[in-house]
Amino acid sequence: MTIPPPAAKRIWNAWVWRMAWRESRSSRKRLLLFTSSIVLGVAALVAISSLRENLSRAIDQQARTLLGADLTIRSSSPFSNGAEALFTEIGGEKSRVTSLSSMAFFPRNGKLRLVQVRAAARGYPFYGELETQPEGVAIQLQSGQPVALVDAGLMRQFGLNLEEEIRIGEVAFRVIGSLLSVPGESLAFTIAAPRVFIPLGFMEQTGLIQVGSRVSYQIHFKLPETDVEQLVSDEEARLEEERLRVDTVERRKRSLGRAMANLYRFLNLVGFIALLLGGIGIASTIHLYIQQKLPTAAVLRCLGATSKQVLGIYAIQALAMGSIGTLTGCLIGLGVQMLLPQVLADFLPLEVEFAVSLSAIAKASLIGLGFALLFALLPLLPIRKASPLLVLRAAFESVRQQSDPWQWALKALIAAAILGFAITQTSRLWFGVWFFVGLATAFGLLCGVAHGISLAARRFLPRGWPFVWRQGLANLYRPNNQTLVLMTALGLGTFLLTTLYFVQGTLLSHAALTGLEDNPNLVLFDIQSDQIEKVRAILARYEIDTQMDVPMVSMRLASVAGQSVDELRSGPGRRGSRWALSREYRSSYREQLGEGEKLVSGEWTGRFSGLTEPVPISLEEGLARDLNVQVGDSLVFDIQGIEMECRIGSLRQVDWERVQPNFLALFPAGVLEDAPQFHVITGRTESASVSADLQLEVIEQFPNISAVDLSLVLSIVETILDKVSFVIQFMALFSILTGLVVLVGAVLTSRYQRMRETVLLRTLGASSRQIMTILVAEYFFLGMFATLTGLCLALAGSWALAHFVFESELNPQILPASGSILLIVGLTILIGIFNSRGTVRRPPLEVLRDEPGAF
Amino acid sequence: MTKEETVLEVDGLTQTYRSGERTLTVLQDVSFRVTSGERLAIVGPSGSGKTTLLGLCAGLDRPSSGRVSLKGISLGDLNEEELARVRNQHVGFVFQTFQLIPTLTALENVMVPMELRGVRNVGKQAAELLGQAGLGDRLDHYPAQLSGGEQQRTALARAFINQPSILFADEPTGNLDAETSEFIDDLIFELNKAHGTTLMLVTHDLELAERTDRILKIKGGRIVSDEPMASGIKSLVRS
Repeated sequence: MTIPPPAAKRIWNAWVWRMAWRESRSSRKRLLLFTSSIVLGVAALVAISSLRENLSRAIDQQARTLLGADLTIRSSSPFSNGAEALFTEIGGEKSRVTSLSSMAFFPRNGKLRLVQVRAAARGYPFYGELETQPEGVAIQLQSGQPVALVDAGLMRQFGLNLEEEIRIGEVAFRVIGSLLSVPGESLAFTIAAPRVFIPLGFMEQTGLIQVGSRVSYQIHFKLPETDVEQLVSDEEARLEEERLRVDTVERRKRSLGRAMANLYRFLNLVGFIALLLGGIGIASTIHLYIQQKLPTAAVLRCLGATSKQVLGIYAIQALAMGSIGTLTGCLIGLGVQMLLPQVLADFLPLEVEFAVSLSAIAKASLIGLGFALLFALLPLLPIRKASPLLVLRAAFESVRQQSDPWQWALKALIAAAILGFAITQTSRLWFGVWFFVGLATAFGLLCGVAHGISLAARRFLPRGWPFVWRQGLANLYRPNNQTLVLMTALGLGTFLLTTLYFVQGTLLSHAALTGLEDNPNLVLFDIQSDQIEKVRAILARYEIDTQMDVPMVSMRLASVAGQSVDELRSGPGRRGSRWALSREYRSSYREQLGEGEKLVSGEWTGRFSGLTEPVPISLEEGLARDLNVQVGDSLVFDIQGIEMECRIGSLRQVDWERVQPNFLALFPAGVLEDAPQFHVITGRTESASVSADLQLEVIEQFPNISAVDLSLVLSIVETILDKVSFVIQFMALFSILTGLVVLVGAVLTSRYQRMRETVLLRTLGASSRQIMTILVAEYFFLGMFATLTGLCLALAGSWALAHFVFESELNPQILPASGSILLIVGLTILIGIFNSRGTVRRPPLEVLRDEPGAF
Repeated sequence: MTKEETVLEVDGLTQTYRSGERTLTVLQDVSFRVTSGERLAIVGPSGSGKTTLLGLCAGLDRPSSGRVSLKGISLGDLNEEELARVRNQHVGFVFQTFQLIPTLTALENVMVPMELRGVRNVGKQAAELLGQAGLGDRLDHYPAQLSGGEQQRTALARAFINQPSILFADEPTGNLDAETSEFIDDLIFELNKAHGTTLMLVTHDLELAERTDRILKIKGGRIVSDEPMASGIKSLVRS
């Protein structure tokens, strides 16, 4: 007699599908709940991918308004005759804008604020418009009247009204409207320096342009018929020679595209974490589901179903579950996508219109479904090995474990998929690899701790504890326990959120700390030489402890180690970065090195006769690296038309985090004293009101002087961090909600794990209260261990971020973080109790009668 | 008298399990033959290896040594998938704990073996069998909605739907009360007779064992006696 041929050659034959459907009958509602594990992850991906597409479409559609012109040329010094000749040759319509930072004074309430003053001529912007309230008042900037458009945020902050007066430098301007948006600029851009537009003709009269003023001279071109990229490429040499910086629509598009891609990548990684958490949820759900389905699988095997058919039945269910989850995720994602532009409004420099992106949906669905299946298959594969002997000997067979090469292959595939996704999202191999390594480490540690806790609970179970607490703790290691899944889901969620919280707190406290003790909290800059004595006198009158009073001289590099900067910039063996070669240096001179400066090589010369050259100077070590020079090399500086030969006498390490002027190039005393210069004074005021009075007095006398006090810096940092953290928290919400869904799923599943035990305990006479205490104890231990591990991981993670990325000391706010941890633990217990309430209230037999095979 | 066809041949069967450091011998050098249509009862005390023997004979497990041949097919030479096909084609099962699939109705449970063969429209056939088992009005009930006896009758209908050459029954009435047990016993023998199936029955119940043709006593993993029932009793039972 021969073996009968296979009845159904294909694994996916109709019977398998039919069985998958029938088999799911009593579990559908619960399967749907678990389906929601991936819903939010997919929703996040759909929303973010759609946003990306909508953004790139918006960038394309609004390309010209991003710049407001076809071509913009900038310089930090007034345009030379050569430059003007070039502009004439370029032709087209032109409009000039001059901008600088200065103090704005609001006479009605006597307040001051550092603003960005932009003086615009007729025509600007050629594309798009300055959006104002009331509408269309921007045209009045060309009326020849001293009028101003003031940033809407600034108007709100200082309670400014229309028609009110605002003083900039020596001119009083009448506010004609609040500025809502400028083409190509995001709202976040204006936090540090709110914009005030004034007519170009009044810039001169303000008296703000003085020695050392940081002025940006811009000329905008409207060249609708010209190939601007070609033009820029043809004129590259002349533009370089005149030290002009160029911006074109294409360049702006590229740089904006890059910035948006970074934003998109970041958001996507956060969304991806939600998907991964969902994956863990699915894996744990299916694991328990399959545990409960093993007897059915054994019966089917007994009746002659092949292992592939049995696998097929449950794989089809997982596929269906994943598909429903993905579909729901897509729908929610589309909804969220409408929200995202509002969440990101402050960071987007253009209007984004909502449109359904099919490709985004397809991509996110593919990723979501793919991950759902991969994670589902992991616990599904063992069902292939379900022995038919289980029908006879459940207890013995269920513990027989076999190593399965397919399991390892699948695990490798999941790791590869995560790594692949991380690399493609970040577009940088190492960044992706680090993201993966970080995530794997966090997962690994959480899994390790989960195993450790299970082992420890088993080994060191306190015999003296009351029965119910011992029982609760013992549930952590019992068969089919929830330790691993809750540890990973809750632990990872806590880790992500707490890290975010710690880093934000660290950045803020770092900024705040710089204002403590004897550090300066007020900086006055752009002080002209003829004003310095009077300013010092005012400071003395206010009994301000002046900490730095330094002169500054503007200069540019003319040659490095014998080669002219022009040669270096264009030569084949280019030396030094373009930034280091072209920038304007604001150098100082003094006899001693200041605080926060440390000599790392060479010898410091404090005083030098100005009669001979080369002058021994000290360079900041980073600049020396950029310029590729060392001690002994020669540098020639062009100090406002006069060349001075210098020799690098020493290299310094500079602490850039100190609130004080720091210098890339430091000269000895005795050389630059007669050069045109301006001054910066830093000091410490005892109170905000003294600081405000002092600033007011200084600015009233010398409108060109600008002041920054630390409270302003702090409020700027805080506002920016608030805006950034809002976005991060919004995205982290997906992870938290997914974590909660996974938690509900896990707790609900464990309810079925604990059902028989609970019923038995009830039969033996346990009271509802005792049963409840056991549950509370179990979820308390799980929640506590998971969140504490997450907290430890967060401490390590945020320390690494603070140390390596922000180069600052970690200052974790443990107490508030502990509060949120208690909240998560409380929530875990609540969900646990809520899901188990039915078991406790009903008579044992009723529960038993209902439950067999209910899952 | 013509030589009866051998349905099951067991030769030198030994089964050992490792339990930590210890090796546990559950079956030792067991050999016997079962011919077509024969009704064999395996009896013995608890832990004597009865159920292990049944599992090995049905191809549910692999022996440590020895050979099992079912319908001339040597089970030891087959892989798991081939074993599954042999079970589907030639074997029927009845278990002490019924082992119905809780998520399928009685009718669907009975249909499964035929559907696994790829046979379509077996609903009518399954319903007829359930009708014979007295469950004509319980077709759409789930196992949880059936009494123990009804569940076992459903399991019997499932066991017979694929016309198996041999039916393995493991304590089929072990979980049932006396009255229901008797009904199930009768049904087993009725169906067995009607379908001409070979029957291998594992039981504690000597009364039930006596209704078979042959009793194989097993103790400590060894066969201690293999005796045919008295011909008078045999004929009585067969009638």
